[in-house]
Amino acid sequence: MSGEKFDAIVIGAGMAGNAAAYTMASRGLKVLQLERGEYPGSKNVQGAIMYANMLEKIIPNFRDDAPLERHLVEQRFWMMDDTSHVGIQYRSDDFNESTPERYTIIRAQFDRWFSRKVREAGATVLCETTATELAQEGGKVIGVRTDRTGDVILADTVVLAEGANGLLGARAGLRQTPTSESVALAVKEIHFLPEDVIDQRFGLHGNEGCVIEAAGTISRGMAGLAFLYTNKESISLGIGCLVSDFAATCESPYELLEAFKNHPSIKHLIADSEVKEYAAHLIPEGGYKAIPALFGDGWVVVGDAAQLNNAVHREGSNLAMTSGRIAGEAIFEVKSRGGRMTKRNLALYKTMLDDSFVIKDLRKYKDMPALLHTNSRNFFMTYPKLMSEASKNFMRVDGTPKIENERATTAAFIKARSRWGLVSDAVRLALAWR
Amino acid sequence: MTVAVTKLRVEDKLFQNRYLVDQGRPHIKVRPHEHPSANLLALTRICPAKCYELNDKGQVEIAADGCMECGTCRVLCEASGDITWNYPRGGFGVLFKFG
Ligand SMILES: Cc1cc2nc3c(=O)[nH]c(=O)nc-3n(C[C@H](O)[C@H](O)[C@H](O)COP(=O)(O)OP(=O)(O)OC[C@H]3O[C@@H](n4cnc5c(N)ncnc54)[C@H](O)[C@@H]3O)c2cc1C
Ligand code: SF4
Repeated sequence: MSGEKFDAIVIGAGMAGNAAAYTMASRGLKVLQLERGEYPGSKNVQGAIMYANMLEKIIPNFRDDAPLERHLVEQRFWMMDDTSHVGIQYRSDDFNESTPERYTIIRAQFDRWFSRKVREAGATVLCETTATELAQEGGKVIGVRTDRTGDVILADTVVLAEGANGLLGARAGLRQTPTSESVALAVKEIHFLPEDVIDQRFGLHGNEGCVIEAAGTISRGMAGLAFLYTNKESISLGIGCLVSDFAATCESPYELLEAFKNHPSIKHLIADSEVKEYAAHLIPEGGYKAIPALFGDGWVVVGDAAQLNNAVHREGSNLAMTSGRIAGEAIFEVKSRGGRMTKRNLALYKTMLDDSFVIKDLRKYKDMPALLHTNSRNFFMTYPKLMSEASKNFMRVDGTPKIENERATTAAFIKARSRWGLVSDAVRLALAWR
Repeated sequence: MTVAVTKLRVEDKLFQNRYLVDQGRPHIKVRPHEHPSANLLALTRICPAKCYELNDKGQVEIAADGCMECGTCRVLCEASGDITWNYPRGGFGVLFKFG
C-alpha cells in the first residue's frame, strides 16, 4: 500500500462508514476503508430497527438480498413500574405494504452484507486493521497510520466513521471525547425462540414484527430506556442509561437487564428462550448541542462519532447512513469541480447536512437532553408510578365510587409533584418537544 | 426494588460471547494508586463485563479479557489519567456474532 494515494480513507465499516465508502466508490473515487473487527459488524451493537428510506437512497434495490428480519407492523410504548405497565400500542395493516418502511436487523449480518456491496462498488476494504493515528501536516490531515505498519497511508480526505467511542478524531484534537453526560451505556441480549412461538406471543404472521419500548422504574431513577425487538427467530432486548447516572448511582447494568427480563410484563415473552449473546455499547445522547466540528482540512466526521443520533426517537443508524452518504456526495462534488479537500471546500458537507432531516430533527429536540437529564427522577420514577396508580384506580371495580377514585388519582399526582411541579414539567416538556 | 431472581454471574453471560484475546497485551491499564478515585471505584459496579475488581488492599484492578470494548470506562476515567485506553489490535478482542 506504500506510495499509493487514495481519494478517501474511511475509518470504520459501520452504518456511516459503509454509506460513505459505497457512495464514493460507486462514483468512481479511489477508496480505502479500514475496519478493526475481524469482519464488518463484529464490533457493532444495535437494537436494531433499520429505516428503509435512508438505505434506499443509497442502495435502491436493497430488499433483493439484504439480511432483513421482520418488517414492523406494531409498536408499543410502555411506562413501567415494578409490577405493571401502562402502554400505548399502535398496529396497522397499512404497514403490510410491498415496500415496508422499517425492519429489524441483526447488525453482524447486516454490516457484512453492506460491506460486500461496498467491495462490489470498487472500494478496498481492509478488516482486522485498527487505524491508530491521523497523520497531519501543517494542520491538514494527510492520511492515517495503522497497527499493520508504521507507514502513513496517504489520502486527500479522511472520513471519520469510527462510532460513539471513536479515538482517532479525539486524539488528533479535532473533537472532544464524549462526556459521561452525553453518552448512554446500553446492554443487550439476544434470545432465540422458534419462529412460530414468537408469532404466537406477539400476534404476528409471516414476516411481521413488533417492537416494545419501555421507560419507568426499570431504570431506577436514571435517564434510560429499555427495548424489546422481534427478529425472525430471536428477540433482542436491552436497556440503556446515561453513563453519568450509572456512575452516580453505581447501579450495575447487568442487574438492570436481569430485572427487566424478570419483570412480569416481559418474563412470559421470553420464557424458554436460549440466550446466545450479551453485548454492550455506547449511544450518543448529547443531541444537537453536543455535535462537534464536522469538517476541517482533509477530514470530515459522520455518524455516531459526530453525535448524530436522535435519542428521543431512538434513531441512529439512519442518521449515520445519511450523514455518510452526504459526506460521500460532498467529497465527490468537490473532487469533480477540481477542488482540493480544504476546510473551505468541505464546508459543503455541513451545508448539505443542515438541509437534511439529520440536523433539522436534532435541532428540533435541542433542549430535550438537558430536560430529561436534570429531571430524570420525575420522568423515570415518579410519573410511571403515578400512571400505574391512575390506571389501577381506573380499572379496579371494587365498589369504590368512581369520583373517589378520580380524586385519589389527582391527589396522588399533586402529592408527588405539587401542582406547580406538574405544570412546570408539562410546560418544559412541551417547549423542548416543540 | 426487585433484585435478579436468580443469582447472577456475569461470567456466565460472557461465556456466550466469542473473544480472541491478545495474550499479554491488555488494551486497558489502570494507573497504580493508593486509593481509587470515585469514578474508578464506580467501575467495579458499572463495567458491564465486570472487568474491574477491588483487591484486598482496596485498590482497583482490571482483567480486560471479557471486555466488550464499550468505552464506558474510557469516558469516565481516561481524562483524569486513572486509566489508559486503546483498542485491542485489529481482529482481537470481542467478536459479536449478532451484535
Ligand atoms: C443498544 C443499541 C440500540 C440501538 N438501537 C437502534 C435502533 O433501533 N435504530 C437505530 O437507527 N439506531 C439504533 N442505535 C444506534 C445505532 O446503532 C448507531 O447510531 C449506528 O450504529 C452508528 O453508526 P456508525 O457507523 O456511526 O458507528 P458504528 O456502527 O458504531 O461503526 C463504527 C465502526 O468503526 C470501527 N472503528 C472504530 N474505530 C476504528 C479504528 N480506529 N480503526 C478501524 N476501525 C474502527 C468499529 O469497529 C465499527 O465497525 C442503537 C445503538 C445501541 C448501542
Ligand atoms: S470498555 Fe466497557 S466492558 Fe471494557 S472494561 Fe471498559 S467498561 Fe468494561
